[in-house]
Amino acid sequence: MTTAAGASAKTIATLQDRSIQFYRQMVRIRLFEEQVNDLYTRALMPGLAHLYSGEEAIAVGVCGALHQDDYITSTHRGHGHCLAKGASPKLMFAELLGKADGYCHGKGGSMHIADPATGNLGANAIVGGSMGIATGAAFSARRLGNGRVAVCFFGEGALGQGLLYEVMNLAQLWKLPVLYVCENNLYNEYTHFSETTAGDICARPAAFGIHAETVDGQDVHAVYAAAQRLVDRARSGGGPAFLLCNTYRYTGHHVGDINREYYRTRQEEQTWKTERDPIRLLGDRLIAEGLADRGLLEGMEVEIRAEMKAAVEFAMESPYPAAGEVEKHVYA
Amino acid sequence: MPDAGMRELTFAQAIREALAEEMRRDPRVCILGEDVAEAGTPFKVLSGLVEEFGTDRVVDTPISEAGFTGVAVGAAMTGLRPVVDIMFGDFLTLTMDQMVNQAAKIHYMSGGKWKVPMVLRTTLGATRRSAAQHSQSLHAWFAHVPGLKVAIPATPYDAKGLLKTAIRDENPVIFFEDKMMHHKLKGNVPAAEFTIPLGVADVKREGTDITLVATSSMVQVALGAAVLLEGAGISAEVVDPRTLWPLDEKTLIDSAKKTSRAIVIDEGYGRYGVTAELASVISQGAFFDLDGPVVRMGAMHIPIPFSPPLEDLTVPTEKSVFETARKMCAKA
Repeated sequence: MTTAAGASAKTIATLQDRSIQFYRQMVRIRLFEEQVNDLYTRALMPGLAHLYSGEEAIAVGVCGALHQDDYITSTHRGHGHCLAKGASPKLMFAELLGKADGYCHGKGGSMHIADPATGNLGANAIVGGSMGIATGAAFSARRLGNGRVAVCFFGEGALGQGLLYEVMNLAQLWKLPVLYVCENNLYNEYTHFSETTAGDICARPAAFGIHAETVDGQDVHAVYAAAQRLVDRARSGGGPAFLLCNTYRYTGHHVGDINREYYRTRQEEQTWKTERDPIRLLGDRLIAEGLADRGLLEGMEVEIRAEMKAAVEFAMESPYPAAGEVEKHVYA
Repeated sequence: MPDAGMRELTFAQAIREALAEEMRRDPRVCILGEDVAEAGTPFKVLSGLVEEFGTDRVVDTPISEAGFTGVAVGAAMTGLRPVVDIMFGDFLTLTMDQMVNQAAKIHYMSGGKWKVPMVLRTTLGATRRSAAQHSQSLHAWFAHVPGLKVAIPATPYDAKGLLKTAIRDENPVIFFEDKMMHHKLKGNVPAAEFTIPLGVADVKREGTDITLVATSSMVQVALGAAVLLEGAGISAEVVDPRTLWPLDEKTLIDSAKKTSRAIVIDEGYGRYGVTAELASVISQGAFFDLDGPVVRMGAMHIPIPFSPPLEDLTVPTEKSVFETARKMCAKA
């Protein structure tokens, strides 16, 4: 009895630590994107910016189940995945501004952040382009016997790409430790997914005999629990799995996508933000369960906003790459 | 006078020997492709490898060129050195995103952080009566893309030495084999270990009156033409660049300077093709030493027809090269 009670207290402490950690990470992603939006709308950031706001629970829940040396592949909407896997906001902002201190020396930009130190094989600007890479990383992991798992993040728009079906077939045949995480934010760019996606999403992996689960992508604990189960399963030789996370993209396809009424209503956006926000849901739960109070959460937000502003300042002050950088790294 | 350790091997045997040696030397090397294991490919180039290295390293894949090429990209990034087999060069179209948008760019986009040490072996060449979708020579497409290297050997010796180097290279290398040479072309190959660096051309025959720059299947055509030319009192030099990128510009230019005339012969399409690039290199580098414009000979600009008499019209022959060269060497 005593042992059980002790274990239970420990579980609660772990749960509290984890919940606070998840909250912190989600707020970091949200406030990172807040700065991106600010930089972009002030014309300080070149190129395109695809914000992850609204989808934070997926990156945080899934990466929470991974080891540092496990692999991820990310997408054009990838800032959240990078941060959740452990990337530094300073080096990310520098990359977003095309500066020398960026993760890729400014040569990749927002859509190509890569970081071997955190197992980030790179964000990919070809929709569905990284599915082979993630599956290949799992192929290596199995061949080398290093116990690593690969996670392939992609949006529901990538369900239209044939590569997914080729590599799911391979992954199941070879029982590769790969988790396909489909973030269904409802919109393929400017088109509702129901107009582009025939049949049932999970029937696709099921056709290959791949274990598939669906989870509320706004509930970080639900995402984490599912990811943990599927990652453990993959790590222990159980083969690939598919995790469908239902979520919502708060902003446009990219920051410049302002007038969205032709494809969705402001009311719909508002409903998701007020009723289904992953940060608010977790914050309310932490308070209700007595694991945190409002002051703690607000203090965390102030502290993280300051961190993000400092990261932006670092990036603004970072020099542009020297001209000699342009021809470097074409070949290894 | 051949060395004591010199044997005569077919082109296919030289390829197989290179793979076997590199697989013995480096456990990270593995082969992925359709019917590469027990079948040894339809061309029987890989026969015997699965018996020595097992199905973990000689891996039969489904008919999913994009899928297994993508897996190879990811595997190369994470610790393996895959050699992908794309049976017919025409099927390269199915791998284009993986090779052009992924493999070629990952090192650069990541600011040098990730590397893709893989080889993609494939075939080129017409006159096998295989019609328009099994006969193309598409090597120019890959030589056009920064980040890729392209090897295009013409002899068993070059095939073995270049393939070993390609497998050890830290970059994606596309390796083109003329399918007509696999079993028909024999040549001396030393039994002792050797490699050939990428980017070093080879003078296959020395001459003084005209330079015939030829690649892959066209090297034997050029050598045959050189014999005919000798009968007509014309001394032809045959230069094989051996790799399209990196390209040994100097050897091509020096030869053209010496002979003052040059024909470039390649089995790909001429329009915007390899012959255009090589002719440009020679024209710029040897302009003041040339007697006239560099002449280009390649495949006719048509889909390859099935009917043998038609197909035979589509590629340069010893006779057509001989006649072209003789005209260029005629005294005014």
